Amino acid sequence: MISAIVRTAITGLRRDRAALALSFVLPVAFFSIFAMVFGGEHDTIPQVHLIVVDQDQSIASRELIRALEREGSLLVSTHPEASRNQPAPPDYTARSAEEAVKRGDAPVALIVPAGWGAHPMAFGPDEQQAPKIELLSDQSDPIAPQIVNGMLQKAAMMAMPASMAAEGMQYTQKYLGTFTPEQRQNWQKSLNYLEQLQKDRANKPEAQASSSSGFGSGGIIAVDTRAVVGEHQNKSLISFYAAAIGVMFLLFTASGSSGSLLDEAESGTLDRVLSSRVTMTKLLAGKLAFNTMLAFVQLVVMFLWGWALFHLEFFGHIPGFIVMGLCTAFAVAAFGMPLASLCRTRGQLGAMSTLLILVMSAVGGSMFPRFMMPAAMQKAGLFTINAWAIDGFTKVFWRDLPLISLWPQVSVLLAIGLAMFVAARRIARRWEFS
Amino acid sequence: MATAVSAAAAVCAPPVEVEGFVKRFGAHAAVNGVSLSLRAGECLGLLGPNGAGKTTLIRGIVGRVLPNAGSICIFGANAGTHAARKALGWVPQELAIYPRLTCRENLMAFGRYQGLSGKELDNHAAWCLEWAALADRAGEPTQQLSGGMKRRLNMAAGIIHHPSVVLMDEPTVGVDLQSRIRIFEMIETLREQGASILYTTHYMEEAERLCNRIAVIDHGRIIAEGAHEELVRSAFGNSTQVVARFSGPAEGLAAWVAARGGTLNDGVAHFTLQQPAEIAALLDSAAATGFEPADVSLRRPNLESVFLHLTGRELRD
Repeated sequence: MISAIVRTAITGLRRDRAALALSFVLPVAFFSIFAMVFGGEHDTIPQVHLIVVDQDQSIASRELIRALEREGSLLVSTHPEASRNQPAPPDYTARSAEEAVKRGDAPVALIVPAGWGAHPMAFGPDEQQAPKIELLSDQSDPIAPQIVNGMLQKAAMMAMPASMAAEGMQYTQKYLGTFTPEQRQNWQKSLNYLEQLQKDRANKPEAQASSSSGFGSGGIIAVDTRAVVGEHQNKSLISFYAAAIGVMFLLFTASGSSGSLLDEAESGTLDRVLSSRVTMTKLLAGKLAFNTMLAFVQLVVMFLWGWALFHLEFFGHIPGFIVMGLCTAFAVAAFGMPLASLCRTRGQLGAMSTLLILVMSAVGGSMFPRFMMPAAMQKAGLFTINAWAIDGFTKVFWRDLPLISLWPQVSVLLAIGLAMFVAARRIARRWEFS
Repeated sequence: MATAVSAAAAVCAPPVEVEGFVKRFGAHAAVNGVSLSLRAGECLGLLGPNGAGKTTLIRGIVGRVLPNAGSICIFGANAGTHAARKALGWVPQELAIYPRLTCRENLMAFGRYQGLSGKELDNHAAWCLEWAALADRAGEPTQQLSGGMKRRLNMAAGIIHHPSVVLMDEPTVGVDLQSRIRIFEMIETLREQGASILYTTHYMEEAERLCNRIAVIDHGRIIAEGAHEELVRSAFGNSTQVVARFSGPAEGLAAWVAARGGTLNDGVAHFTLQQPAEIAALLDSAAATGFEPADVSLRRPNLESVFLHLTGRELRD
């Protein structure tokens, strides 16, 4: 008897493709995504994008920058990316580097000030007055500054032995007394060797980047860390999570709401509506308008909740919120429509939308920030509504950027919404006539 | 329904004109060359068993089914065009209403879809609620109504714009006798107000009560058309029908019934007699062959008989 029940259940499951997909495809997809993000695959470790400004132009500063460039976990830029077939733009200045961090082009920038090379190592009490490297950071990515600081200290240790030795000799003479000629000769011999070693390493095309551990801000290279984005925001990531979680649930709501098409088709109401003066285009446009309004109101509620309970600075960002909120709501509302038009039953729609939304949310940054992901996954995230919406809201609430800076996000979200609507209209032809 | 006859009705073309309509789904022809005409102010019954092609034909008239051949015009306008849609009211077989909306909200919604607004919409909705005897339930969500009430609301939603032509696709399916009588009264009100009605059913009593003319449809073809009496007379003249059940050896029963010119369906024999007196000879023959009559009745042929006569099958097969 029990075997008969099991057999019936297996047959039922085999026929229910939606349940099969939810049972097997979704767990495997999620496992893969989490494994890629947190699994420590070395060839896919996320690189930290680092902007470097060398105001010093000394041998030591050059060596330091070369050493940083050799680190596999850092993607070092000294100038903005050139457009296709265009000459390389001028190097970053301290100001343009700070602007770039504020814009979100990179989470960290290093400014090596003029005169730093004369005393690169932070030994002794007098070095408080020596020029220090400035590390500009974006607080929305709390990991990147730590990595860069650690890499900086490691680079000093590994790449600049001669500089360290020379600096050490000066301090020894300064605080312990002058060396004898013999001591000086021996010291010079060792120094020559270290200088040669330093040069050899600098000329190596591919230095092996070993795993690094940070020395902290109190390392042998003195660093002044300054947050240029989010330094005054005590509730730092509330807006990020409001957008990230909001978009994910908006997608669920919108796909559920689009399912009313299936209900109406099943009950015969769709037939009746289409026999009136309402055309399929008008019907879909009406549904899209409703779903957009619903999604926008959901976002308003979410952000107001964030303002009331978590001190999110909502009322200072109303114009940006309206622009991003409407574009996100439009894209999300349109997302459910081709799915509903494609599916035959509510069950199919539920399974397909759950699968897509969870994968999109994972890859698009709704579950964990995209900067934690490998580069390939970060790029894949750009195919999701989540990533563009979160980027836009971050620009508004985190970076305080002007409305004009939202054009890439606005364009992409509107284009996604439009493409989804056109796709839904084409697929919905099956309901028009038989 | 003061505005039931729209401007389109003024045109001399008949309310509905179907010419050689063919609709195939794959290899199966659901409707196979149907031609019929609905005249102004009449109620034309489309009588046939399930799967005969009634609903496909209705959907073709509404413009929801594109024909493989033939044409359908509503007051001279091709089916599916704006003018045709405006003139038509459709009551589908399914309960095509919004379950979470109230009766009034449903009517207002479908009225707006038909282009009504403002005072006109309010008036039409109020009239429909009265017509469907739902005025006292106007504010109740549809999902809380009884089956019969939902059916009436389904009908009201189909005529909210006061169309000249009303297509009713088995509007009494699944309702009790009381609700059915109420629905008959609603349809009779529409007829009195001059609407032209095409009414599909597989209940011959409904067709007999409501329709001026009846078209019998089977396997996608119209097999007979005319007033009720005409159909019966053309099939049976002035003859009488005997419906009988016999006990006795089943093997020879079919052969004996066939030999006496009757038909046997589910153990019930049907004979057509020119004179009622012929029944004595029929019963004598049965007794002589070894069949004892268990139940015998005489009746005037009806639409059921006509359908059986034309197709060899019962209407509800």
